[in-house]
Amino acid sequence: MLSLYARRRLINNFNLTIALLTMVFGLFWLVWILWTLVAQGFHGLSLAMFTQMTPPPGSNGGLLNAIAGSFVMTMIAALIGTPIGILAGTYLAEFGQRGWLAPITRFVNDILLSAPSIVIGLFVYEVYVASVGHFSGWAGSLALALIVIPVVVRTTENMLRLVPNSLREAAAALGAPQWKVIMLVTLRASTTGILTGILLAVARISGETAPLLFTALNNQFWSSNMNQPMANLPVVIFQFAMSPYEDWQRLAWAGALLITFMVLILNILARIVFRQKTPSH
Amino acid sequence: MSKLFPDTRLKRQHLLDLAFLNITRLFAFLVFAILAGIVVTLLIGSLPSIKAFGFGFLFSPEWNPVTDQFGALVPIIGTLATSVIALLIGIPASFGIALFITEMSPRWLKRPLGIAVELLAGIPSIIYGMWGLFVFAPDFAKIEPWLTDHLGNAALIGPLFQGPPMGIGMLTAGLILAIMVIPFIASVMRDVFEIVPPLLKESAYGLGATTWEVVWHVVLPYTKIGVVGGIMLGLGRALGETMAVTFVIGNAHELSASLLMPGNSISSALANEFTEAVGPLYTSALIELGLILFLITFIVLSLSKLLLMQLSKREGKQS
Repeated sequence: MLSLYARRRLINNFNLTIALLTMVFGLFWLVWILWTLVAQGFHGLSLAMFTQMTPPPGSNGGLLNAIAGSFVMTMIAALIGTPIGILAGTYLAEFGQRGWLAPITRFVNDILLSAPSIVIGLFVYEVYVASVGHFSGWAGSLALALIVIPVVVRTTENMLRLVPNSLREAAAALGAPQWKVIMLVTLRASTTGILTGILLAVARISGETAPLLFTALNNQFWSSNMNQPMANLPVVIFQFAMSPYEDWQRLAWAGALLITFMVLILNILARIVFRQKTPSH
Repeated sequence: MSKLFPDTRLKRQHLLDLAFLNITRLFAFLVFAILAGIVVTLLIGSLPSIKAFGFGFLFSPEWNPVTDQFGALVPIIGTLATSVIALLIGIPASFGIALFITEMSPRWLKRPLGIAVELLAGIPSIIYGMWGLFVFAPDFAKIEPWLTDHLGNAALIGPLFQGPPMGIGMLTAGLILAIMVIPFIASVMRDVFEIVPPLLKESAYGLGATTWEVVWHVVLPYTKIGVVGGIMLGLGRALGETMAVTFVIGNAHELSASLLMPGNSISSALANEFTEAVGPLYTSALIELGLILFLITFIVLSLSKLLLMQLSKREGKQS
C-alpha cells in the first residue's frame, strides 16, 4: 500500500510523462510530414519545373504555368483584400468603441476567419462564375481575397490597439484632424504589425485548394488572361496526385514540397518581421 | 452668431474626418455583408433542392444523380463522425502539449516548441491529404487488422472496427483531422493557461500541490470556458476541412457502421462532384450541402467565440 504522498507523486509523474509524450506525438507528425515531402519531392525538383508547362501524362514537363498562375492570383487577392481589411480593421480599432456595427463586425469577422474555405468557393461560384458563365482567374482571386480580408482585419485591429493612446493625444493636441492622426500616426506606428498580418494572409491563401476548385479551376497551358480558367499550383497538385500516372505524381510531390516551404518561409518571415518591432523583454 | 472658426481649411478637415470615418465604416459593413451574402446566396442556390426534397433531405441516405434523388444523411454523418474522431484524439493531445509548454518546458524551449506547433497549423491541407493517401494510409492499413482483432468483437464499439483493412476510410480521415486540429486547440489552451494569475498557482504550490494537481484543480477550472472555446474552434476547423479529407475518406455515398469503410463528408462531396454535376437539381443539392455545412460551422464557431468572450470579460473584471 502506497502512502498518500507517494501516490500523489506517482500520479503526478505519470501524467507529466504523458504530457511529454503528447508533445513528442505532436512533433512526430510534423517531422514525418516534412520528411516525406523532402524525400518524395526532392528528386522531382529540377530546373524544368520552373521553365516548362504542365505536361500531358507520359511526357516531361514542369509547373511553370501553375506557379505563375498561383503567384498572379495570390498577389491580386492580396491587393484586393489588404486595403479592405486595413480600412475595416481601422474602423474597429479607432471608431469601434460605440455603436452596433463594430461588435457585430468583430464577431462576424472571427467566424469568417475559420469558415470552411470550400463554402467561400461555392459563394464565389454562385455570384460570379455562374453569372459570367465560365471559370476564371478573377473568380479565383476573388475567392482568395475573401479569405485574406478577415486575417488582415484581425491583425490590423489588434495592432492599432497596441498603439499607446498618448500618441494619438499628442497628435491631436498639435491640432491634427482625426484622419491625419490615424493615417500618419497610428497606422504608421503599426506598419510592421500589419505587414505581419498580410504575410500570414498570403501564407494562408498560397496553400488554399478548396476555394479554387470551383473558381479558377485549372488550365493545362500558359494562361495570362485572367478571364479564362487559370492554372494554379494547389489544384494542379490535387489533380496530378489523384491521377494514376507516375510522372504526374512525381511532379505533384515536387509541387507540394515547393508550396509547403513557401508557406513555412512566409510564416517564419512574418514572425521575424513582427519580432523586430517588439523587442524581446 | 459670430463665427468662431472662420478658417475654411478647418471646415475642410472636418469634412475629411467625416469622410474617413464613413469610408472605414463602409468597409467594416462590407465584412458583415460578406457573411450575409454567403448565407443568402447559398439559400437561393439551394431553393430547387429544398423545394424538391424538403426536410427529408437531411435524413435520406439516397444519393443518385441518375434518378435525381438526393439526401444529405451520408455526408452529414461522415462530417460529424470524422470530426468527433478528430476531437477524441485531438483534445487530450492538445491538453498535454499545452500543459507541457506552459508548466514543464524550460524557458528557452517554450518559443521553439510554440513555433513548431504553429508550423503544423501552417502546412497546407492538401499536403496532409497527399501524405495521408500515399504515406499514412498504406502504413495504417497494416494496423487496421490489429484494431479489428482487438476491438472488432468488443461490446458496443465492436461494429465500428470491423471491415477490410483498406487504409482509407472514415477512421483515417478522422486521424488526419486530429493532427490538423491539434495546433488550433493547443495554442488556444496554451494562451488561456498563461492568463491564470500566478498568485493562484503559487498558492496551490505553497499548499504542497503537485504540478498535476495545480493544473487539474486550479488551472483547468479557472480556464474551462476558454478551453471549451478552443475545442469548439478546433471542431469548427475539422467540420469544414476539405482537401485532407477528400484524399483519404474514400468518397463512397454509402452508409456503413464501420469506421474502416469508405464514406463521404460534406466538403469532400462538394470538392469531388461540384464541377462535374450536371442538371440543376444535382447542383442545387450540392449547394444545399454547402449551406448545411456553413450553418453547422457557424453555430459551432459562434459558441466558441461567445465562450472565449465570456472568459476575457471575466478576466477584464479581475484585473
